[in-house]
Amino acid sequence: MGKELRQTIKTITSHHLKKNKSQVFGQNLTGVGWVAGTLPKLFEKDGVIELPMADVAGGGIVTGSALMGKRPIYIIRYQGYNWFNCIFIVNYACKSNAIWKIPCPMMIRGISSEGSIGPVAGSAHISTIYKMPGLKIFSPMTNKEYSNVYKNFMKSKDVFYISEHRSSYSNTKEFKNDLTGNKDIILMPISVTRFAAEKAKLILEKKGFSVGIIHLVNLKPFLIKSEWIKAIKKSKFGVLMTDNDYVDGVLRILAHQINEKTNKPVSVLGLDDKTAGHHKKVDNLPPNELKIAERVKIIIKKK
Amino acid sequence: MINNKRNFSLNVFERASICRHFENEVYKRIVKKEIEFPVYLSAGQEYAPATIAEIVSKKQIKPLIFGQHRGHSIYLSFGGDINKLIKELKGKKDGCTYGMGGSLSIHSMKINMYGHDGFMGSNACIGTGACFSSKKPTIIFIGDAALEEDYVLASLSWVSKKKLPILFVVDDNNYAVLTKKDERRDWEAKELAKAFKMQSFDMMDDPMKISKYLKKSLFKQPTLVNIHTQRIFWHAGAGKDKENVFDRYLQQKKLLGRKADLLDEKIKKRMKLLWEKN
Repeated sequence: MGKELRQTIKTITSHHLKKNKSQVFGQNLTGVGWVAGTLPKLFEKDGVIELPMADVAGGGIVTGSALMGKRPIYIIRYQGYNWFNCIFIVNYACKSNAIWKIPCPMMIRGISSEGSIGPVAGSAHISTIYKMPGLKIFSPMTNKEYSNVYKNFMKSKDVFYISEHRSSYSNTKEFKNDLTGNKDIILMPISVTRFAAEKAKLILEKKGFSVGIIHLVNLKPFLIKSEWIKAIKKSKFGVLMTDNDYVDGVLRILAHQINEKTNKPVSVLGLDDKTAGHHKKVDNLPPNELKIAERVKIIIKKK
Repeated sequence: MINNKRNFSLNVFERASICRHFENEVYKRIVKKEIEFPVYLSAGQEYAPATIAEIVSKKQIKPLIFGQHRGHSIYLSFGGDINKLIKELKGKKDGCTYGMGGSLSIHSMKINMYGHDGFMGSNACIGTGACFSSKKPTIIFIGDAALEEDYVLASLSWVSKKKLPILFVVDDNNYAVLTKKDERRDWEAKELAKAFKMQSFDMMDDPMKISKYLKKSLFKQPTLVNIHTQRIFWHAGAGKDKENVFDRYLQQKKLLGRKADLLDEKIKKRMKLLWEKN
């Protein structure tokens, strides 16, 4: 059995603290579960810093640390807290190099999760900060992807936002794009919907559809590779993008860019435009494999 | 002893004089519309930064400095390059903030002064983090209004908990734009800091008083000093809210006599020339 992603994150963090004498900031870090097993069992003397329960100030404190060249890691337990935690990061750390020529690099680990967790804490919330200049956003779901993002962070002067998902921590596999031949449709999933999209692809292929897939990791800057453009242009019905954020955000921004480059229809499937409650009956969950497969069938039928 | 005190007061006066005459030159240019973005003049509030800058200079400490808007006097008191600030206000690329900072976001690495983003009081959190990670002595200048920001309160609490070598200077001009303090709150800065178990003082902007309270304990423990000052000009731009505001600068000039008069004249001419040159 391969290494789980949680172990990779833990090893990277440990290395980052020891080799770079850096710091990890967050709330309730040393408490239950050590951030779902992604944080080494270290304390303040080792660089693991428990912030006060003051979400806005916390982001500012980490910005100050980054300003001193510490390259801190900042753990945001629920991405819904971006509203509070990222105010000074996107308005100071992300702009610092442009205004004052002082880089303020930090790596934010924003954790998303799903299911019965209410109107704020659930799902991904990158859309709240996506528009801000000076911010780079990634959503790695595998060991290799995570390691690559970290390597890039260490070479960069920018603020990196890593959009994680709790469900990915036990993942041991790598994903591969499939753009071979002529596809009916190409899936472009983000975050946890990548697991569902892979399953949806199998369901649809069994029914005789030819389905391609492009796994999206680098969300900002969003570079559309030429091989993607070629494959999308060749496809019969264009693209279906999926995500665990609301549809009226990052999804539509990226969809528009793909549409501009390929002149093909790009549909989106994310969270419904409604507030989640806590009970299963009133939750707002990302699309699963059945919902993705169903949407593909509808797109194809329409044509 | 008397001579030492006089030298100290004159040195502070010199720093304050640079600030005052600099701001007077800026004022003229706002009136003439040569500067068209919002400018936050610090005339009347020079004595807090000028005195603290003199204290740290004597102690040969080079602290990290985090100011916010109305920061020209902080920049100038601590020895920021005057020419570069003039150029900045003229939007030039060789200004202290490369023409990006305007009046509000000025910075200078020469004096360890970090720029401000525009969120009132954000410098409290950012300065706290910088001090925590670097362990360097740090001064955070905020206003009496910024002190009310929830994230500033949280920063004070954490600074106290972690016993950081930070001096919070509350430049208390009694105004949030034009809303007076007693319309906004029923507590005082000194009491608030005490509740967080911080050393705290409340005083007028008299340089000898500031020096008396800060000289010995500076950076030895987290400290907040609330200094009452008088803003001479509008919150932003050129104009006056009221006439006959107490003016510490003029009071000190009178007190210090001929030497101060000469310094005042000399610096006034120098500022005029520098503004013309740049």
